[in-house]
Amino acid sequence: MLSISIIVFREVLEIAMILGVVMAVTRGLVGRRRWTAAGILGGLLGSAVVAYFTGAISNTLDGMGQEVFNALVLILATGLIGWTVVWMKSHSAALVRQIKDVGKSVAAGEVPLHMLSVVVGLAMLREGSEIVLFIYGAIASGTPFLSVLAGFTFGLISGSAVGAALYFGLLTISPKHFFSVTSFLLIFLAAGMLLQAVGLLTAVGWLPEGISPLWDTSAILSEKHVLGQLANALFGYTARPSAAQAFAYFATVAGLLFLNHLYSQPGKGKNHVRSKRKSNEQTHLLGLVIYGRSSNT
Amino acid sequence: MHKRVIRLSLMSLCVIGVFSSAALAKELKTFEIKIKDHRFVPSEIVVPAGEKIKLIIENQDDTPEEFESDSLRREKIIPAHTKAQVFIPALKPGEYSFVGEFHEETAQGKLVAV
Repeated sequence: MLSISIIVFREVLEIAMILGVVMAVTRGLVGRRRWTAAGILGGLLGSAVVAYFTGAISNTLDGMGQEVFNALVLILATGLIGWTVVWMKSHSAALVRQIKDVGKSVAAGEVPLHMLSVVVGLAMLREGSEIVLFIYGAIASGTPFLSVLAGFTFGLISGSAVGAALYFGLLTISPKHFFSVTSFLLIFLAAGMLLQAVGLLTAVGWLPEGISPLWDTSAILSEKHVLGQLANALFGYTARPSAAQAFAYFATVAGLLFLNHLYSQPGKGKNHVRSKRKSNEQTHLLGLVIYGRSSNT
Repeated sequence: MHKRVIRLSLMSLCVIGVFSSAALAKELKTFEIKIKDHRFVPSEIVVPAGEKIKLIIENQDDTPEEFESDSLRREKIIPAHTKAQVFIPALKPGEYSFVGEFHEETAQGKLVAV
């Protein structure tokens, strides 16, 4: 039972972390529960389908289908998260204006909630299909059903608890810093996903690995350790990254930070300094408004 | 901004394309491992250090297994009664353990690079 719950915990952890960050980022927005629920349902359905077709997926592309499929899912999720981060940054002014003028909450359609919904769904699809396969295997190889159920439940609950802790932890961040912190988290999440994707593509030889591993910190923080797993789920921590993975990771972080910086300035040229200051104020204001709203609900 | 994002993504796709065509598969030394009764057979396999190799893992069980190795940084689900190939980068001499994650108590093995 324990080994079952450990594996389920490991897979649930990643989903729960992503869910925790997404729920925190979208707090106070109308329609976020519906979109998140849609993502979860879609992900559940998708993971059953992917689990069923694992054999077929694996056999495509000369037996490399599984890696390529997972890599594509990860790249898509990376792109969607990155886009959302930049979108939120670039629309902070408009979002604030709308709140001021209409005096009502940000319309659901204005925020790319559907993108985050897909991100949640994709995470569930990837990790969930592994859980389905594993549970199926455990039952098929004669593990008593009750034992499987107990292990699954325990893993699910403990994994979800970590995600919930992250969510409530994020909510305690002061409104002034809330958006910068969650944006950073999303950026690291995206970078970690691309790192995994590159790992898969190098594993099948589609990308060169470079020096591998570039460094080894497994003696300090092993990925088997609970803290290592947390850091992995949250920041994409990898104890032995290849040069290609490290490059992908830091390039994503740098690229998204750069785009964020670029789109945080509503004006260019001579208004540069002034508009930059203005945009900072607006970002903080948005944080305040959303913070205020969510504490009312 | 959408245009710019699209252009950026297209550029990165091109970069990936160039990289992948450069990494066209060569003939690699191949080693076979079987999974039977949730155990690796053989459980220890000697491979040359310093060159890329290919592992072919055949799951003869009725249940799926996940080949996983932290030290090799590889992870792959192998459905029941199928073969999977895993590329291993050039290794330094030493031992590299791997497990079948779905049956970790029994499914344990290692590569010995010499």
